[in-house]
Parts: sequence; structure tokens; C-alpha cells
Amino acid sequence: MTSVLTYAASSSKEPQPEATAPRARTAAKQRLLRLVAAPGVATAGSLIAVLVFWETIARGLAIPSYLLPTPSSILQSFSSIGADRWMVHIWATLRVALVGYVLSIVIAIPLAIVMMRSPFLSKTLYPLLVVVQSTPVVAVAPVIIVALGAGDAPRVVITCLITFFPLVVSTATGLAATPPELIELSRSLRAPPWREITQIRLPFAVPYIFSALKISITLAVIGAVVAEFCASDAGIGYFIQFSTSMFRLPQAWAGLLVLAAMSLLLFQLVLFTQRRLFPWSVPKKD
Amino acid sequence: MVAPAIRFTQLGQVFHTRSGETEALRDVSFDVAQHEFLAVLGPSGCGKSTLLRLIAGLLPPTSGTVEVFGLPVTEPRDDIGIVFQKPTLLPWASVEDNVLFPIRHKRGRVSAEDRARAADLLHMVGLDGFANRLPDELSGGMQQRVGIARALLLDPDILLMDEPFSALDALTREVMGFDLLRIFSERPKTVVFITHSVNEAALLADRVLVMTGRPGSVLTDIVVPVGRPRGPETANERAIHDLSAHLRGLLLQRAAA
Repeated sequence: MTSVLTYAASSSKEPQPEATAPRARTAAKQRLLRLVAAPGVATAGSLIAVLVFWETIARGLAIPSYLLPTPSSILQSFSSIGADRWMVHIWATLRVALVGYVLSIVIAIPLAIVMMRSPFLSKTLYPLLVVVQSTPVVAVAPVIIVALGAGDAPRVVITCLITFFPLVVSTATGLAATPPELIELSRSLRAPPWREITQIRLPFAVPYIFSALKISITLAVIGAVVAEFCASDAGIGYFIQFSTSMFRLPQAWAGLLVLAAMSLLLFQLVLFTQRRLFPWSVPKKD
Repeated sequence: MVAPAIRFTQLGQVFHTRSGETEALRDVSFDVAQHEFLAVLGPSGCGKSTLLRLIAGLLPPTSGTVEVFGLPVTEPRDDIGIVFQKPTLLPWASVEDNVLFPIRHKRGRVSAEDRARAADLLHMVGLDGFANRLPDELSGGMQQRVGIARALLLDPDILLMDEPFSALDALTREVMGFDLLRIFSERPKTVVFITHSVNEAALLADRVLVMTGRPGSVLTDIVVPVGRPRGPETANERAIHDLSAHLRGLLLQRAAA
């Protein structure tokens, strides 16, 4: 793909005083190739093809909508719901997911630092974390909701529980992965110990922290939805559950797509933040 | 009589590991005079790096004493510069910030004078115009030059170098060695240079300490019979050839035994 691109680019730069008809035709062909090669075009093309295929099959074989609704009916339910209602549900889910995610970060990173500094705390807290992580969040969610009542609090806690573990473990791993030479250098300089954390260990942990942040952001959406399944009156998860119970499957599918888009967007946002703030920490592509 | 820069007296070092006790050094005694370049040569695992950590005060000796300028080493000291085997630079910091790291790490901030000093050091190690690059954009040799500039930032009296050129190709390695000698002729330092290259030891050092392995102890202590300044042509001198051959013989003999 790249070779086509560079070839097209270099040939267009060449002066062509006696451009003949066949040469013009190859130039047009190259322009077309370049368009197809442009990022996104191929993806969008194949996506459209899949949708057309889906629509034809669903209509042609008269598949009932509760099995597989047609893309057009899903699209129709998008607009029939209306932007206002969508925003209410999206905001409810997004709010819980983000608050839970941020809270999880705020707790996990200092905890990882504390665990790295104190072998005792590491030994006592780590098994506890594993126990919490091993308990299925879906099973704990109803218990938490009973305990914490209505409102965002129980949902945020559930989101925290699901996003927390990868963050602590990755951050702790990153803090420990610092080159020992730099720690010796820090000691030989007799610098204040907290600077060993802020100037050496934490920056070295950035790639590890971000790989956990990428995992956790999608988990945060899952956490919010799980909480909505248990008890809530708004949110995309609630909307999907409500729609299926009313047998409005195209509507449920629309909710599903919104949820997927939300996850994807949040994931890209984390990726963008890393590229923007810590470009050196992004693994190089060959 | 001036106290030597570094003095080891009957030093013994034992490490307690999970698999039991490991004797790293046994009865090691030697002096390093001020502004002397001492190369420590020996097989891997003979406790050469342990020597450096003892001098830097990063490790308390099991028995015996280490003195620096006549005083026993009891804690980490910041008048000693360390160059590691790998450059171990901060990947997010520019070349300049990497050189300035010891000051920023110790005091929290850097002054305009510190920056001027970093620029001087970068000039000295031949990295003019690279101040704003990231370590990633530099070759291995250039990265190690940054490491050397960083070790020189606080103008230490003693410079400890732990196989600093072992990761470099042969040619770069030789160029770096002579560059190092030029730097020390401008600013004399007491240097302890760990290496397992016989040629490097003979070419760069005033004295070569040959160690044996497991537990590490001093086999011989040889003065290099060649004056300074030295340059690439020094490598062709008969005395260097003879010394290299002698050193190689010692190491091979030990390895075979």
C-alpha cells in the first residue's frame, strides 16, 4: 500500500511536458488507488458492504426482528427515540463510568506506591485484592445496591471494583520495573525518597499505567452497565434491558451500538491522552 | 604523606541469598592514589561491580574497611560520579535534562548556571547541538556520552565506571576510551574503571588490578609502563602489546585452573 502511495506521489511531482492519453489514464488509476488506500476508506467500504448484505438477508429470508432486526429498523428506532432521551441515558451511563474510573485511578495509583514502599502492606493487601477481584462483580452488584441504596453511589462502587485491580497490579509492576541503576544513582545523590517516586519510578511506570488505563476504561463501561442491570431508571444498560422486556429488539440493538461507540470513543480518548502527554511512552510501530 | 583517594583494607563481602551465603570478595586490599586511573580486570562474577558499590557507599562491607580520602565510607556519598554499563537515561527527558538530572533530583530545581554547566559538559563529551534530543534519537555511544556527562555534573573527585563501553562496537569503544582520557587530562579525576577487556585496561589505565573469581580477590597489581598523553598510536607501542599479552595470559591461566 505504501509503495503505491509513494510511487503515486513521486510520479505526480515529476514534470510531464508531453503527457499522453495512456499516461493520463494511469494517473487516474493511481488517484483511485490512492483514494482506496486512504485510511478509513477501506474500513468504511467493507462496513457498508456488510450492512447491505445484512439488510438483504434479513429482508429476503424474512428473519423475525427479535432474532435479527434489519439495519434500517435499528436506524429508524434511533431517530424515533429522539436526541433528548438518548442524552439522558448516555449521560447516566457515562457519568457513572467516568466517576468510577477516575475514583479508581485516584485510589489505585497511591495504593500501588504504598504497596511498593512497604513489603508488609504489600503482603497483607495483595491477597485481599485478589479475593475482591476473584469474586464476580455481577454477583456482588445486587448486594452492593441493597447496601448503598439508590443513586449513583452503588453504581460508582461497582464500576470501581471492576476497574481497580488491573490498575493497581500494572502500576505496582511499573514502579518495580525501574532500572536498578537509577535507584542506586538516586540513593548515591541522597535525594529525598519521595523524589525517587516522582522523578524516577512513576514516570517509568507510565507505559504500564496506560496499558491498564486502556483496559480499565472499557471495564468501566461494563461496570456501569452491570450496575444498571441490577437497579436503575436510566442509562444505556437500563435502556437495553427495558427495550428487550418490551420486545423492541431494534431499539435494544440501537442501545447496544451506542454502548459500543461509547466504549470505543473513551478508549480512543485514553489513547489520545497518552500520545499527547507522554509520546515517549507509546510503543513504536515498525 | 597524603591519604590515598581510595583505600581498601582486608575487605570481605558476603551476600546472603535464598540459596545460602555467597562470598563475593575476600581479603581485598589496595589503594588508589589521587588522580590515578585504575582499571579493574577480571572474569565476570569476581565482584568487580561490588567494589564500586562499596566505594559509593551503597553497600556496607561485611568485614574490613573502605576509606575515601582517609575517612571510612559509611553512607552514600554524592562526591562520587557513577557511569553504568548501560546508559540508563530517562527516556522522557531531553539530553540536557538527563545531564541535569542529578541536580534536579537532589535539589528539586536547576539554575541558569547549572544549565550553562550542562552545556559545557555536552561540549566536552562531543554532543554539541544534541541538548534537546531525546535519548531514543541517539546511538548507543552517544547515549553513553550523556551518561558520562551526567556523572561529571557535580564535578566529583572520584569517577566510578562499571564496564561503561562494553555494550558498544569495537571502534566506538576505542574512540570513547581516548575521548575519556582527553576529558581527564583537562579535569583530572580519580577513576576506577571496571572492564573485562585486556586491551582497554592496558590502553587507558595507569594501573591494572587483576582479580580472580569466586570469591573475588586481588591477583596482581600492575603499573602500566607507558606515560601520558596517550592516543590511538599508543595502541601500537611494544609495552602495551607486552602488557596485554601478559594480562591475557594471567586471565587464561586462571580460567583454565
